[in-house]
Amino acid sequence: MSDFAAAFSNAVSLIVELDAGLAEIVLLSLRVSMSAVFIATLIGLPLGAATAMFRFPGRMSIVVVLNAMMGLPPVVVGLVVYLLLSRAGPFGVMGLLFTPAAMIIAQTVLIFPIIAALTRQVVEDLWEEYAEQLRSLGATPARAMPTLLWDARFSLLTTILAGFGRASAEVGAVMIVGGNIDHVTRVMTTAIALEVSKGDLALALGLGMILISLSLGVTGAAFVMREAARG
Amino acid sequence: MVKKSIVQALLLGLVAAMPLTSNSVAADKFVTVASTTSTANSGLFDAILPVFEKKTGIQVRVVAVGTGQAIRQAKNGDADVLFVHHKKSEKAFVAGGFGVKRFDVMYNDFMVAGPKADPAKVGGLSDVVAAMKKIAAQQSPFVSRGDDSGTHKKELGLWKETGIDVISQSGTWYRESGSGMGSTLNTAAAMNAYVLADRGTWLSFKNRGDLVVQVQGDKRLFNQYGIILVDPKRHPHVKAEMGQMFIDWILSPEGQRRIGEFTIDGKGLFVPNANG
Amino acid sequence: MDKTILPLHVADLTFSVGGANLIDGISFALEAGPRTIVLGPNGAGKSLLLRLCHGLIKPSSGEVTWKGANGSDPARHQAMVFQRPVMLRRTVSANVEYALGLRGISHSDRREKIDEVLSRTGLQKFARTPARVLSFGEQQKLALARAWALNPQVLFLDEPTASLDPAGTRAVEQIIAAIHKGGTKIVMTTHDLGQARRLGDEILFLHQGKLIEKTEAQSFFERPASNLGQAFLNGDLLW
Repeated sequence: MSDFAAAFSNAVSLIVELDAGLAEIVLLSLRVSMSAVFIATLIGLPLGAATAMFRFPGRMSIVVVLNAMMGLPPVVVGLVVYLLLSRAGPFGVMGLLFTPAAMIIAQTVLIFPIIAALTRQVVEDLWEEYAEQLRSLGATPARAMPTLLWDARFSLLTTILAGFGRASAEVGAVMIVGGNIDHVTRVMTTAIALEVSKGDLALALGLGMILISLSLGVTGAAFVMREAARG
Repeated sequence: MVKKSIVQALLLGLVAAMPLTSNSVAADKFVTVASTTSTANSGLFDAILPVFEKKTGIQVRVVAVGTGQAIRQAKNGDADVLFVHHKKSEKAFVAGGFGVKRFDVMYNDFMVAGPKADPAKVGGLSDVVAAMKKIAAQQSPFVSRGDDSGTHKKELGLWKETGIDVISQSGTWYRESGSGMGSTLNTAAAMNAYVLADRGTWLSFKNRGDLVVQVQGDKRLFNQYGIILVDPKRHPHVKAEMGQMFIDWILSPEGQRRIGEFTIDGKGLFVPNANG
Repeated sequence: MDKTILPLHVADLTFSVGGANLIDGISFALEAGPRTIVLGPNGAGKSLLLRLCHGLIKPSSGEVTWKGANGSDPARHQAMVFQRPVMLRRTVSANVEYALGLRGISHSDRREKIDEVLSRTGLQKFARTPARVLSFGEQQKLALARAWALNPQVLFLDEPTASLDPAGTRAVEQIIAAIHKGGTKIVMTTHDLGQARRLGDEILFLHQGKLIEKTEAQSFFERPASNLGQAFLNGDLLW
């Protein structure tokens, strides 16, 4: 139990002293995960909405694959992205391995299926309700898609937050493709893993508390935004 | 109003994404070093790299994995410099045409840590092979790295000398953690097991629990570190010039002195030996 | 106003699912002017007939022809109100504005149109309220306002008052009457014979997917041309 007390005082002192190293790690974590969420949203919303609204060959396969990919193991994603970005791999010439860009790619791969699959579910339910009315008003399916995405905005915000939660919590993928390089690719989760392997459990736990607070902060901010928009 | 906040969120996302691209372009002056968890976890790099970076303006990016994985990364061309501790593999790396030349950098030693109670009664032995035989005979829990790292290779070499087939015992008293030095020490501490560790990681490790050093001083526990430039003929993108600058500095009197000066609690972790 | 797309000619219209003809060879013509009420017991095919005429579903065979369309898109001159009002997740006025935008009405013209239909339907005070917090009756009024804003030549209504209380029903009937007064052809299904008497000028009576009779409303209620019609009015026809 002394570990918890030490962890708590560690977390507090890191925050109170505005530890520069910590600030760098936190900012990088946010930048990587938010960028991944941003890109995954750009891919996932239209993809999810399209599979909800259109009947085309292979649609069911896409739905099944997306649903299955929601549970992709981060380590496997990291390994695949590593093999693709390695100098020996097909995209090696871009020199992206061990950079934040590689981490964004890995996290995007990890979370766009979540965003797409949940979007499909939300949009499909709404489309069932709206389809006749929108077609009666003269909306083509292409015109109806942004309408549905907009009208589902509150549910979709939760979907996007789910993606952010998974991105910011995973360690397996960013560890492999980022390399946990100090000042370059070290993020909250890899820093925690490092402190665990150094045996500094109290510091690791302290960092964990900060990560959880961050996650709470982002979710809370989104919730406030949503309530404000509603009111 | 709602539209506005969504647009703002999108812009925020863009802004968050922007600096990354500029960041990776701006910091182009860097070398990537594939190294081992034992060096990184000891804190050596944190102590010496800032000196080099300040002097040359070259950032050193250390990717710390097991020696086996580090060598694979270097073979793939994902690092400019290889800095590990398994001489045999390092020589094979150079002989295979992946590296330019291997240099000795420093050494320390391995030791066997175990529970204070010492159920296998190995405390104080100076013959590590005899000690490991006793551990096996008692079937006292022993945690192995099991991750193809330099330390793991060393440990397997020692078991070979005992003539005991530990792999067939894996999962009983012999347990492979399949993880880095630190994680393996965490496991050993939690199980009250014996474990082979490098002195650098041991000294900087904070979660020892009941573990203490039981066996040390055998010359077979010698742990030599080497450094190799990845061959630019094999991987033309390798930053040969900056990589060589880093190697030269590590081998220079200044670099060697810095390594020798690195201590934890007044104890030196590595002995520089670049010049013989 | 554009030249009307009416009359509507329906020829040998059939809609079948799994071999069963839910609409079975129906033919009739509807002229501009009179309010047409589609009557019939449950499962007669009233809602299906409306959707087929409006173009929401494609017939298995037969034709729906707008004789007056002359090459213009007849869909642009129709609107439909459903039994369950479909409210977009936005304000009352934004619901109307969305429909106007789809019809290509310019931003500057929308405002005036929105104000007009909201005040005519008594929804002005809810203009900035999210549509989905309105009561069911008010939502149906908004659905009517949204359709009205489009100035349709033909308005289809599928049991618009089926889920409303008497006061709500009355308000909706008044709005329908006002829309008709503005020159819009009304085609409406209902269960409520009283409503059919109040609003109907002519009756299409359906039974089991077939058109049994198309009769001027007053004579249908006094002496229907068919035995089935008589049975329906007597309440003997369950389906």
